Amino acid sequence: MPTIYIDNKPYEVKAGKNLLEASLGLGFDLPYFCWHPAMGSVGACRQCAVKVFKDEQDSSGRLVMSCMESVKDGLRMSITDSTAKAFREQVIEWLMTNHPHDCPVCDEGGNCHLQDMTVMTGHDYRRFEFKKRTYTNQYLGPLIHHEMNRCIQCYRCVRFYRDYVGGDDLDVFGAHNHVYFGREQDGILQSPFSGNLAEVCPTGVFTDKTLKKHYTRKWDLTTSPSICQHCSLGCNIIAGERYGQLRCIVNRYNSNVNGYFICDKGRYGYEFVNSVNRITEPLIRTRPVEAVDEATAMGHLKSLVTSAPVIGIGSPRASMESNFALMQLVGKDNFYQGISDDTAYLERRIVELLQTGAVNSVALKEIEAADAVLVLGEDIWNTAPVMALAVRQAVMKTAAAQAAQQTSLPAWHDAAIKEFVQNEKGFLANITVIASPIDAIAAFSEHEAPDNIARLGFAIAHLLNAAVPPVPGLTEREAATAKNIAGALQQAKRPVVISGTSCYNEGIIKAAFNISLSLNRPERKAGIAYVFPECNSMGLAMMKAPPFETAMQRVKTENNCTAVILENDLYRYMPEGKADDFISHCGNLIVLDVLHNRTTAQAQVLIPAASFAEADGTLVNNEGRAQHFYQVYMPANDRIKESWKWLGNIKNMKATITNGLQHHPDEWLAALETTLPQFTNIAKVTPSHNFRINGQPVPREPHRYSGRTAILANISVSEPRPLQDDDSPLTYTMEGYPGLPPASMTPYFWAPGWNSGQAVNKYQAEPGGELQEQDQQVCLFPGKEQENFHFFKDSPEAFAARQDKYLLLPQYQLFGSGELSIYSTAIEELVPQACIILSAKDAADLGVVNGAPVTIEKNELHYTLPLKIHDELCSGIILAPVGYRGIPALPWGAWVKIMV
Amino acid sequence: MLQNILPGGGVSLMFSNLRTMWLVFLHLFRKKETIQYPEEKIKLHPRWRGRIVLTKDPDGGERCVGCYLCAAACPVDCIALQATEDENGRRYPEFFRINFSRCIFCGYCEEACPTYAIQLIPDFEMGEYNRQNLVFEKEDLLINSEGKYPGYNFYKVAGMEAGVKAKGKGDNEELPVDVKSLLP
Repeated sequence: MPTIYIDNKPYEVKAGKNLLEASLGLGFDLPYFCWHPAMGSVGACRQCAVKVFKDEQDSSGRLVMSCMESVKDGLRMSITDSTAKAFREQVIEWLMTNHPHDCPVCDEGGNCHLQDMTVMTGHDYRRFEFKKRTYTNQYLGPLIHHEMNRCIQCYRCVRFYRDYVGGDDLDVFGAHNHVYFGREQDGILQSPFSGNLAEVCPTGVFTDKTLKKHYTRKWDLTTSPSICQHCSLGCNIIAGERYGQLRCIVNRYNSNVNGYFICDKGRYGYEFVNSVNRITEPLIRTRPVEAVDEATAMGHLKSLVTSAPVIGIGSPRASMESNFALMQLVGKDNFYQGISDDTAYLERRIVELLQTGAVNSVALKEIEAADAVLVLGEDIWNTAPVMALAVRQAVMKTAAAQAAQQTSLPAWHDAAIKEFVQNEKGFLANITVIASPIDAIAAFSEHEAPDNIARLGFAIAHLLNAAVPPVPGLTEREAATAKNIAGALQQAKRPVVISGTSCYNEGIIKAAFNISLSLNRPERKAGIAYVFPECNSMGLAMMKAPPFETAMQRVKTENNCTAVILENDLYRYMPEGKADDFISHCGNLIVLDVLHNRTTAQAQVLIPAASFAEADGTLVNNEGRAQHFYQVYMPANDRIKESWKWLGNIKNMKATITNGLQHHPDEWLAALETTLPQFTNIAKVTPSHNFRINGQPVPREPHRYSGRTAILANISVSEPRPLQDDDSPLTYTMEGYPGLPPASMTPYFWAPGWNSGQAVNKYQAEPGGELQEQDQQVCLFPGKEQENFHFFKDSPEAFAARQDKYLLLPQYQLFGSGELSIYSTAIEELVPQACIILSAKDAADLGVVNGAPVTIEKNELHYTLPLKIHDELCSGIILAPVGYRGIPALPWGAWVKIMV
Repeated sequence: MLQNILPGGGVSLMFSNLRTMWLVFLHLFRKKETIQYPEEKIKLHPRWRGRIVLTKDPDGGERCVGCYLCAAACPVDCIALQATEDENGRRYPEFFRINFSRCIFCGYCEEACPTYAIQLIPDFEMGEYNRQNLVFEKEDLLINSEGKYPGYNFYKVAGMEAGVKAKGKGDNEELPVDVKSLLP
């Protein structure tokens, strides 16, 4: 490790870093704008100037931009040098000549990197007497607000939007001191990662438009570490509350999962928590006055759960604690998954494959570091957007790494590397049913029927390992593709295969396993990632409960069953007739949920469950990583409780002894571990509820939190006792441990002088690295060695289009397919129109044109939507939107007829 | 014992008493500081820190832009507000509450206020029998005056367009940049 001297003191730093990274990593305060740990340096803002000296004798030195200078052994630099300081102050002064007098009305205020850096350099008085430059703003859609006057021309937005994310509708226009960052004309930003601009922009040019509607400063938010609920990746987020409303979501850095960025669904999909559609009181529908108090509800529930046989329907979007509490209440044999048989079967297969330990289930970080990626059948752009972003980074970084090997350029030298790389890219093969934006960076993109995708996968596996039998009847083109892909994977050092459940095809899952297994050698660690449909699908699947069909048979054979449905809208996963049938056969229907839906409408007893923001809980993401989310605020009333609390209370009411009952999340997880051994270690995901650091809890509110003696003064001037959270080590005050809490329990990023989210560098061991207080990460699929694993040998038959029948597959949409995110008005505005997608050939054969109504027909089901013709879809397949509000669950993976 | 404590002994103790009486006597001929409050009102300095008000700008608009700085500066946390926007994007407080039963009249809120909206005025007559009545809402705080700082309208000098002036029409602003022009 090289030693550098900063202001004559020696420090050991990592080789290959630049001076800015090294200084920040050592804890120095050095201002910067254009550098970003995820995007490297370009030296555009001239803000991070330091002095570098030739040797010990050199007293004059030279000014350099620290972000553009590599660490060298024995290098001598000075941050506090008066010339360097004056230079940095002058640069800020220049930037401020045009910066408007907006801070009081700017949403970035208090969370602003420019404010922090201005204070850090010491600039405090505007000497420039002339006029300020102004710009007109643009409408950029419902997610991002544009205020161009505030721009300091650091170029971070376009570097993020164009280079990092691959968007092409935000750019820089104009010349000299008139450069403009925006779109060619007003319009909605197309990238599903545009929300990150609010965090990437060091000032208030791009701000969160949904937060603007109920604006709160960062210092006034009660925040908690949380986990995104909108897909199976489990991105880490910070959720903020004020006045009993969830106000905003920002990214929470986790070097292994989401890094610095989240998708727009995760950032803006939070408003369901504040929805008027929330269930707020327990209802007993058989009574004249339906809303009842807790004691009445509990009394009624007790009589229901003790009289008739009780079955429980679990949920892929409820926490582990809640699902397990339901299982404990109804008994293991009476607990069922509330998802369709097909999905349950596929998910179970995946769990079994990952549990063998033969393949490595990889985190997003490892996908980002992969040098060859094969996507088999999963539309990750729509089902797991941050994974698509990770894949993009893998592709871009591989090329950059190769370039860095050929030249002496360091990896952080972004602009130079880009110039060198030109259009070179790492290897990505995207083999999916329908075209995706990541095709643009793919070496191979094929659009095939699921069976053919699986066959291609088997063919690739065969080329990689002869133990997999060859696939009979491959076309020449398929054989050539398989050969190319196999060749690229074979050469890779860290290949990753991505697949998932969205094609309803077991063959694809097996093929992905085969490829990953054949690549996995001692000299090469291959990875696999299966995408799941919901945030806790993996957790529910790991419980290995029987699927819904079994529950259906149960209620049909045993009359008068009482069914407890946990946070699950049956109509979302099951065809209408089936769900109706189930409900009509249940003697009593008890439903716990957050929002009203078709299932809750038919409940005899409806129990208000706390949303993720009002609950503690644990989710298992697609990788098998268990992550805990903490309560952000107390629910509006004490009848809204976490489902596990309600279910636990009902169970405790039945219990005759009081020992060994679970009350807190950590206790539920400990019980889960002992009951279901596949969850070993899951209790380590959160410390016990009475964990304290130096006797102190972790405060949810920063020390500048305001209004404590006025918030509730209109109700009563006597302040109530601060809210007590018995379930976690976090507290509802600003008093508590002032140091860095364990990484998984970090409620906000703040450091003295660093009010914006950039303060995260004070929490990291090194910029872009792990958090300092990284606690144990719980992965439920540990890899195993020295066992003989068997390949799957049953490649499916080639897909053949049938006469007058079409294979119905789901078309996921990032905005629209989510059950909860759709309650955000901003997201609702972005939902693409629901339509049925057919290939150009099929549409021509049927004689239909774009926009014509097309009806899907299967048994008694008829469903009509307008048609959209897709050129790249293969013939014989029909795609319909999945999960849209008002569109029923269709028989996915079945052959359907079409009426035009 | 007294002699041990007091330097100079008993004689000086007596002298002190006599001196005090003499001074009191002299005060009989001085101007009276005591006034007959409440019949007679005291004249306070304009910068005296009393009751807190929210003022309006010269155009009659609410000066408060809901920036939360007063709330953050308040050492007893007795200010709570919620910012909102009108159709022009002009910020104003949806509610603004001061709990005067907690207020210590330190004036930090006024110091923090970037728009001269919140001001402490020389009025201290706020006594209440019921503590709850000391919770003031926006309608109790807002006055139809510019208060101590006449002439200032924040939105005229801010860069944002909020229905007060168009972009580039402020006193200190150039007209908006024509992005398509390459002229220097």
